[in-house]
Amino acid sequence: MSRKSFRQALNEGLRQEMRRDPRVVVIGEDVTGGAGASGDQDAWGGAFGVTKGILGEFGRSRILDTPITESAFIGAAAGAAITGLRPVTELMFVDFLGVCFDQIINQAAKFRYMFGGKTKTPLVIRATYGAGSGSASQHSQALYPLFTHIPGLKVVIPSTPYDAKGLLIEAIRDDDPVIFLENKLMYDDMGEVPDGSYTIPFGEASVPFEGKDATIVAFGRMVRIAKRAAERLRLLHKIEVTVIDPRTTSPLDEDTIIEAVKRTGRVVIADEAYPRCGMAADISSMIAEKAFYHLKAPILKITPPHSPVPFAPSLERHYVPLPSKIEAAVKSLFDGSRENLH
Amino acid sequence: MANDEQHGPGGMGSQQSDDSAGLTQGDILFDRHGMQLPRQELIQAYRTMRLIRTFEDRLAQEVDTGDVPGTVHLYAGQEASATGVCMHLTDRDFISSTHRGHGHAIAKGVGIDGMMAEIFGRATGTCRGKGGSMHIADLDHGMLGANGIVGGGPPLVCGAALTAKTLATGGIALAFFGDGAFNQGTTAESFNLAMVWKLPAVFVCEDNGVGEATSSEFALAGDIMARATAYGMPGQSVDGTDFFAVHDAARTAIAHARSGKGPYFLHTKAPRYYGHYAGDPDLYRSAEEKDAMRQQQDCLKIFRAKVLGAGLLDAQRLDAVDAEVAGIIDAAVAAARAAPSPDASELSTDVYVRYA
Repeated sequence: MSRKSFRQALNEGLRQEMRRDPRVVVIGEDVTGGAGASGDQDAWGGAFGVTKGILGEFGRSRILDTPITESAFIGAAAGAAITGLRPVTELMFVDFLGVCFDQIINQAAKFRYMFGGKTKTPLVIRATYGAGSGSASQHSQALYPLFTHIPGLKVVIPSTPYDAKGLLIEAIRDDDPVIFLENKLMYDDMGEVPDGSYTIPFGEASVPFEGKDATIVAFGRMVRIAKRAAERLRLLHKIEVTVIDPRTTSPLDEDTIIEAVKRTGRVVIADEAYPRCGMAADISSMIAEKAFYHLKAPILKITPPHSPVPFAPSLERHYVPLPSKIEAAVKSLFDGSRENLH
Repeated sequence: MANDEQHGPGGMGSQQSDDSAGLTQGDILFDRHGMQLPRQELIQAYRTMRLIRTFEDRLAQEVDTGDVPGTVHLYAGQEASATGVCMHLTDRDFISSTHRGHGHAIAKGVGIDGMMAEIFGRATGTCRGKGGSMHIADLDHGMLGANGIVGGGPPLVCGAALTAKTLATGGIALAFFGDGAFNQGTTAESFNLAMVWKLPAVFVCEDNGVGEATSSEFALAGDIMARATAYGMPGQSVDGTDFFAVHDAARTAIAHARSGKGPYFLHTKAPRYYGHYAGDPDLYRSAEEKDAMRQQQDCLKIFRAKVLGAGLLDAQRLDAVDAEVAGIIDAAVAAARAAPSPDASELSTDVYVRYA
């Protein structure tokens, strides 16, 4: 066990799987960076440096730079997955799904069903998501609800370096297509990460904060923000909060959420995705169906507005929910001060 | 091309060099290519084409009974293309297909009974009734699937070719797509990626001149062969109603890919006898055009005339194939009609290998 960054954890997990299984190949734009150019052949190691050094260890037959051609390389990865490889692709920004969505939702996601259960599609699509880097509307979205909506896909959103490594190894070994989303502001987050290989099963939430009074459900980077709100609620308001990080939106650990809601009777869902048909709405409806009579207050959803991600820092600052907003939401469940939320 | 038999055996001496890249449509000499095929392969070629034709003609009738769910797109008229290409492939080679995919599946060796049952939506179908006409796939026979998305296949073929290259299987991957799909970005992207990665891939544009109800005269700009040339990809254009022309060009194409030289392009031109889908009244094409294609561009008639004219096979042998095939299709339809439908318990199985 040693302290590693989110980026190092991913790199280490990827390399360990590539050593373990020669069918694992990495495919993406600039996953080495420098192919055919006059300088360093591993200049980037991915746009965020996650695949740096893989070229040196494994060579170009195992890590393939592509032209800027998402439809072709995501589709190629899908075709490779059903014929014997286990591709790990990097879609630089999840926003780029707009130019390869067919290959994901109509091809990879549906092979197994359409072919009567006679094929496996062991494909991982890694992508960055999230606002807060001044990247504006086409490089900042949190589009995991779009994938979660599609039967046949699994969707993973790690919130710590430890989870990132264990969930990535699980994703690579999984025989179904997995969308693996990394918040671009978290690559330098540090945490304890075992040196050896380990997996974290999909559909099992983690509960980084335990409390009896209220529940906050949060994904990815919002988990850290929710934990900060939980600490303040305990210190300033004597409200003990349970924070649930489902870790995967598909499959979703409904049991852990429902159990906590039944126990606490109050719940806030904090999500960075758009509010309409998003994860917060999805989980809210699930709670309403399965734990309605245990609720002591309305279910609250804390999300960005129904608006694209803005560019100007003065606007973007207000886009992703702040800890104070989650804190106010939880507090309102006790004193009815909902008007303070907006 | 229908009167190619006039060349006769005497044409042997006039054939061009084995480098067929210099040949253009119309230059393919039947005697050169026909004579190279053993009798058994000639029968196999005819039988595959007849199987596809009879399968499709029969489906057109079955659709009219109202017992075939959904929509089917029929491949009749283009049989020589799938057959001439797939005779060079084995189960280790992969093909992608299109919404008009029955012919490719049959030529690649997918079972007739399973296909018919699949199209009828039965539990005994190739995909256990979950895919239907537009998603028939059989990985064991290297069939990556018909595809409901125009242009969906070429990227998948890049991936199957990457698998063959990475794992050194000796196989290749081949994309069948139509002139309509040639206007999709996925096809253009796949040409580029296959060249950049130097993949063992073949791209076969089956040009029937019409995408749904719109003519490629309207929809397709520029020259088809130039599209391959633009990527530096070698290619040939052949008469897709002439089995021998397709078979010969496909030999070159597939050998090129298999030898590690990278991708190759084939353009086969052949008519689509039926409308876009079975039941489409096909009013966008003139009666004269439709009559002419059936009279003058029938790959089965052309094949028969050639092999009979050259004395390679006799009519009785071919008639026996016709009778055998008719029996196979009759039996497949009867079996499909008698087969059970998938049970309701199958509704949400096979979505995942494993789901927590």
